[in-house]
Amino acid sequence: MDVKVSFKDFRNDVPPNWCPGCGDFAVLAAMQRAFANLGLRPEQVAVVSGIGCSGRISGYIHTYGFHGTHGRALALAQGLKIANRDLVVVAAGGDGDGYAIGLNHTIHAIRRNMDITYLVMDNQIYGLTKGQTSPRSAMGFQTKSTPKGSIEAPLSPLMMALAAGGTFVAQGFSSDVNQLVSIIEAGIKHRGFAFINVFSPCVTFNKVNTYDWFRERVVPVETIEGYDPHDRKLAMQKLMETDGMLTGIIYQDPDSVAYEDRIPGFRKEPLVRQPLKPSREDFEALVAEFV
Amino acid sequence: MVDQLSWKVGGQQGEGIEKPGDLFATALNRLGYYLYGYRHFSSRIKGGHTNNKIRVSTRPVRALSDDLDILVAFDQETIDLNAKELRKGGVILADARWNPRLPDGIENVRLIAVPFTAIAQEIGSALMKNMVAVGATVGLMDLPVEPFQEVVTELWGRKGTAVVEKNMQAIARGAEFVRQELGGPLEEFKLAPADGKKRLFMIGNEAIALGALTAGARFMAAYPITPASEIMEYLIKVLPKFGGTVIQTEDEIAAVTMAIGANYGGVRAFTASAGPGISLMTEAIGLAGMTETPVVIVDTQRGGPSTGLPTKQEHSDLNAAIYSTHGEIPKIVLAPSTVEECFYDMVEAFNLAEEYQVPVIVLTDLALALGKQTVEPLDYDRVEIRRGKYLGDTELPPRERLDLFKRYELTPDGISPRPIPGQKYGIHHVTGVEHNEVGRPSEGAANRKAQMDKRLRKLAHFRMKEPLRVYAPHAQPDVLFVGINSTEGVIREAIERLEREGVKANHIQIRQLHPFPADDVRPYVDAAEQVIVVEQNATAQLAHLIRLHVGAREKIHSILKYDGNPFLPKEITEQAKGLLKAKELI
Repeated sequence: MDVKVSFKDFRNDVPPNWCPGCGDFAVLAAMQRAFANLGLRPEQVAVVSGIGCSGRISGYIHTYGFHGTHGRALALAQGLKIANRDLVVVAAGGDGDGYAIGLNHTIHAIRRNMDITYLVMDNQIYGLTKGQTSPRSAMGFQTKSTPKGSIEAPLSPLMMALAAGGTFVAQGFSSDVNQLVSIIEAGIKHRGFAFINVFSPCVTFNKVNTYDWFRERVVPVETIEGYDPHDRKLAMQKLMETDGMLTGIIYQDPDSVAYEDRIPGFRKEPLVRQPLKPSREDFEALVAEFV
Repeated sequence: MVDQLSWKVGGQQGEGIEKPGDLFATALNRLGYYLYGYRHFSSRIKGGHTNNKIRVSTRPVRALSDDLDILVAFDQETIDLNAKELRKGGVILADARWNPRLPDGIENVRLIAVPFTAIAQEIGSALMKNMVAVGATVGLMDLPVEPFQEVVTELWGRKGTAVVEKNMQAIARGAEFVRQELGGPLEEFKLAPADGKKRLFMIGNEAIALGALTAGARFMAAYPITPASEIMEYLIKVLPKFGGTVIQTEDEIAAVTMAIGANYGGVRAFTASAGPGISLMTEAIGLAGMTETPVVIVDTQRGGPSTGLPTKQEHSDLNAAIYSTHGEIPKIVLAPSTVEECFYDMVEAFNLAEEYQVPVIVLTDLALALGKQTVEPLDYDRVEIRRGKYLGDTELPPRERLDLFKRYELTPDGISPRPIPGQKYGIHHVTGVEHNEVGRPSEGAANRKAQMDKRLRKLAHFRMKEPLRVYAPHAQPDVLFVGINSTEGVIREAIERLEREGVKANHIQIRQLHPFPADDVRPYVDAAEQVIVVEQNATAQLAHLIRLHVGAREKIHSILKYDGNPFLPKEITEQAKGLLKAKELI
């Protein structure tokens, strides 16, 4: 009989090298609690992460973990999911990883809709390289690379995700761990690609977008009367009205069909457990096509 | 009667020139002839001259012939561009509709204007002019029409018997017209009978794809590119039957990275591309090397650099395949020379990738990738699956909760056991950052050195079973030819001619390009008076590798070509003769 899992089962003995107060601690804790709440065992989960402060997260959690190349966590995660559809695959990284160098993959992963959960720890700055602008930095934001203030428009990731055909679009905030846990749980249960942006403040390099700054501005969807997370148009409208500060499950397509279920001939049995060498009969039939 | 003929069909791109060539060749292949084809085309969809040159022979051929016996022309441009290639007495079969004429200076060539379009229109549609042209060739070569029935039926059978009948009629009418025109068969266009054996007729890309599938590859991620796309297209067609799939990714970075992700998950997965795509993959190749994740990457070389010559022949990616990616990783590079080797080397690539837990690059070239040729039967029993220290099918012994699996255990051979995600007692971490035995980031100096040495130890003594393809009848040859990829056939043909002039020549093709099989190459270099390295690039990349690993700088010479077209036998023969004369060997 299975012993009940606890979030402690997902802890390991590596102290994160994040700064004290970093928003990423809350994301890590929320992932561990969500996995436990769903009754998952560590070996059933693979966390695939990118490069940057947040990318280190795969090393701080007791599951299978792959810390890959900058911006390519989603490509690794999708390959892994194709190999073993029974695994719970969670990709994670920062806003530089997902919205700058890896934006291409983010948009196409959303379009593809594989059954993967993607967490972006969004701190509007480059932390590990010590404070340069990010695609999420506000116009006028001063950093080492924009000493006179950013002159580029910030990306709106949630609207982008909706425009790309996202079937699960959500946003959390590191200071509301309970909300984040429930978002991650729903994301993992969602049959398709769950896109979750998390406001995860950088306490060292971003003195503007602080915890207090977010607290004053976030708008949980629960506080909007009559909000319907199955209404894509409403989701887009409210995101525009709040300048992207909505939190919670902003949109979910209840009829979402995961990519794996759309592939012709793709079996329920994971690819990794299927035989390698074709039978002689099958091989001969393939070769006969070339005579 | 002759034992071989060279045939070319040309016209405007996008007008269906491929069809008559393919149909003609398939029918002859089924009669037991050996074929070797090369398509000349441009990087555009409509317009521009394109042609398909096919050599037909009663014995194996793996090179184009120097000249041409028959040219089938669908426009005057085809005649203007290709007539000079015709041998004395060669024949042009051209559509009478546009009053074809011989270009200035072309003599001793016979032009037969055949009403391709008019006959096709009489039968029912101008589209069938292609079939009339095939018929004209049939008439010239005095072939029976019947062998074409089967191929035509396969091609148009689903459109109904009337369509098949009309196309057969087009072939018959074209043949009849030329027979009438000639008055009687010309012996110089009549092929000696073939052995009637049924052999395969395929392009290298199909053999690559079939090899991957047979080796157990069930996932391919790729981005379309010339001349690699046929690999994904073939697998898109057949993989669903085997439960596998192909993803057309957003770019080559995603393609190779997805393949790495799937291999990490325990599935044999790969990608295929050409120069520009391979350049994009270089960071991920380093990731595979660092994380010791198997992955197979096919590079169907074309003309570089940058976009270069997308539809032309070249071998300029040798250095890129060997050296690209920053830092130092163990990597294997294989270079098949024939379509058969494309198949077997792909199987071997997947085995080596898993046995050594390294990226394996399979280099081919455009002529090999796209040239359709006769292939001896592929042997199912030669395909063996070897997975090395893969533990995905093994029940792992229990361990304490945080006692992580030593995925990067320091072993004598450098290769560590490899569990896969999902296994209860196999949990470990994988990272492109330098790491310790359980895969956790570690920058310590001692650990760094130990892990670096471990990775490089894996291939320190690597040698595949047959790293060279060898033809060495002479103990002390005047010359050793060294080639790579599709130059195999053309070098062999040049050697046959040189041997007739008394030159003693040996020949090796490099099949294992990296790690360079110096100990295998050295005896052949040492035994030869001179060494001629034949390759299609401007900087003699292969020759430099031999100098680097084997030495013998003073006797290594190069025959290079980088104009985009494959070598012809006479080019190698003439240049080799020049070199050997200078050394007073002939």
